[in-house]
Amino acid sequence: MRYSLASLLRRGLARNVGWTPAWRDAAPRAAYDVIVVGGGGHGLATAYYLARNHDVGKVAVLERGWIGSGNTGRNTTIVRSNYLLDANARFYEHGMKLWEGLSRELNFNVMFSQRGVINLAHSKPQMDGFARRGNAMRLNGIDAELLDREAVREKVPELDFSEAARFPIHGGLLQPRGGTARHDAVVWGYARAADRLGVDIIQDCEVTGFQMQGERVVGVHTSRGDIAAGRVGLAVAGHTGQVAALAGLRLPIESHLLQACVSEPLKPLVDTVVTFGAGHFYLSQSDRGGLVFGGDLDGYNSYAQRGNLGMIEHVVAAGVSMMPCLSRTRLLRHWAGVMDMSMDGSPIIGASPLDGLYLNCGWCYGGFKATPASGWVFAHTLAEGAPHALNQAFTLDRFAEGRCLDEKGAGPVPGAH
Amino acid sequence: MLIKCPWCGERDAGEFSYGGDASRPRPAEDAAEADWLAYVYDRDNPRGPHQEFWQHSHGCRQWLRLRRDTLSHEVLASGPAGEPLGDGE
Ligand SMILES: Cc1cc2nc3c(=O)[nH]c(=O)nc-3n(C[C@H](O)[C@H](O)[C@H](O)COP(=O)(O)OP(=O)(O)OC[C@H]3O[C@@H](n4cnc5c(N)ncnc54)[C@H](O)[C@@H]3O)c2cc1C
Ligand SMILES: [Zn+2]
Repeated sequence: MRYSLASLLRRGLARNVGWTPAWRDAAPRAAYDVIVVGGGGHGLATAYYLARNHDVGKVAVLERGWIGSGNTGRNTTIVRSNYLLDANARFYEHGMKLWEGLSRELNFNVMFSQRGVINLAHSKPQMDGFARRGNAMRLNGIDAELLDREAVREKVPELDFSEAARFPIHGGLLQPRGGTARHDAVVWGYARAADRLGVDIIQDCEVTGFQMQGERVVGVHTSRGDIAAGRVGLAVAGHTGQVAALAGLRLPIESHLLQACVSEPLKPLVDTVVTFGAGHFYLSQSDRGGLVFGGDLDGYNSYAQRGNLGMIEHVVAAGVSMMPCLSRTRLLRHWAGVMDMSMDGSPIIGASPLDGLYLNCGWCYGGFKATPASGWVFAHTLAEGAPHALNQAFTLDRFAEGRCLDEKGAGPVPGAH
Repeated sequence: MLIKCPWCGERDAGEFSYGGDASRPRPAEDAAEADWLAYVYDRDNPRGPHQEFWQHSHGCRQWLRLRRDTLSHEVLASGPAGEPLGDGE
C-alpha cells in the first residue's frame, strides 16, 4: 500500500481498519544470493539499496531480535556532515544528500528536521580549530558558518552567557543543514521499502556461525537453521567483534557502552542541536518536548546495554554548565547501547580477510547519520565485490597500510568519534 | 559497578580509571610487522570475562589487573597490575 494524504484520509475516515502490515515477517529460505546480518538501520538500508541499485538476485536481512532493537533504536538521532578529513566529509555529505530526499524516496516520513547543529567554542584556539574545520567543509561543498558570541546568543539565548561562566562562549561552528530524524521511522521506512522490492526480513534469527569452504564463507548457521549465501555482509554494530570471532577474525574494534537521557517534556526551549565544547555534552529537543542529551562513553569495554549513574551525573553536570536552566529539569529515562569503537574513530566498510564475507562496522558514536550512505556504499561493495569510490578509504587494510582516518588526531584509541 | 582494589578493598568504579585490555602480550622489539599491527590495533573484545588494567586514580593510585565480565560488569578477580591473576575468589 502506498502511503499518501488520500490513503490517510480514506483509512482515517474508515476508523483505521484495513491498514496492512508494512512488511512481511518472512521465514528463511535455504539459500540467498546476499545475506545481510543485522536488522538495524545499516543492514536494512544495505538491503534496500541492494535491491534498488543492483541486480544481485535474492536478498535477506537476518536479525537476532526485532529490527531496530539495537543502537538504531537507542540513539539520539543527530545527523551532520561536519567533518575535517576529505574521506569522511565526502562520505557523510553523500549521506546528508540522501537524508534530504529520504522521506520521499521511501514513501515514509522519517521526520528529518534540518534544525542545524552548533558546536560551541570556549576559547580562541578552539575558534581557530573550528574555522579550519569549517573551511575544510566548505572546500568539500558542505555548508558551514562560523558564529561569533552574539550570533550564538541570538540562536540559543539560554546558554550560559554570564560573566561568571566557567567556560565562556566565544562562538561556534554551525552546520545549518544538520539536524535530527526519527530513528524508528528510519528502520521502518527502510524495512518497508526493502520488503516491497522483494527483500526477506527475517527476525528472531541469530547468526551463530559461518559455513566455510576452505577460506570462503558460503553461508551462515542460524538459530533458525543453516542458510547458504553467495555473499555475507555483517552490519551488527556493537556485536561485530563477537560475530566476526565466529569466523575466526580479530578486528580493530572494542565494544563500549554509551548512555543517553531524555527529560520530562518541556515547552519549546531549543530549536537546534547544540554541542558543548568544553566537555562532552550535546542536546536537542524532541517534537514531544523532551530534551534528548548525552555525553561520553562510560569508558570501559561493555556489552551490557546499561551504564553507571556516575556517567549520568557527569553528563548532567556538563549540561548544567552549558545551559544552567537545565538544573530545574527532571530526568525521565536513561538507557545505553553497545558501540563498535574502531581504533581510529572512523568506520570500516569493505572486504574482510575471508572471501565472501564483508564488514560494515566501527561506527563509534555516530553511525545513525551514516545510515543512508552506509547502506548505499555497502550495497555497492556487496554487489560488486569491490568498494565504492566513497568507501575506498574505509577498508580494513588501512590499518596495515598506515592510512588511518584519525579525525581527532589521537592515535590508536577506541574512544574517538 | 564495584571494583576491588587489592590495597583498599571494594570501591565505587568512579574512583578508578580504565587502562584497557590487559590480555595482549607486547611483542619483542624485532617482532614481525604483523605482530605489531595486531598488538596495536586488534582486540579479542570478548562478551564475558575480560582481563583489563585499571588505576585507582582517586584512591591509592596503584595500577591493578582485573578480570571483569563485560556483560554483567561483575569483577571476577583482581590483583596488582604487574602480576598474573589468580582464579579469583
Ligand atoms: C546512546 C546512543 C546515542 C547515539 N547517538 C547518535 C547520534 O546522535 N547520531 C548518530 O549518528 N549516531 C548515534 N549513535 C550511534 C548509532 O546509533 C549507531 O552507530 C548506529 O545505530 C549503528 O547502526 P547499525 O544499524 O549498524 O546498528 P544496530 O541498530 O545496533 O543494528 C545491529 C543489529 O544487529 C543485530 N545482531 C547482533 N548480533 C547478531 C547476530 N549474531 N545475528 C543476527 N543479528 C545480530 C542486533 O540485534 C541489531 O539489531 C548513538 C548510539 C547510542 C547507543
Ligand atoms: Zn586502591
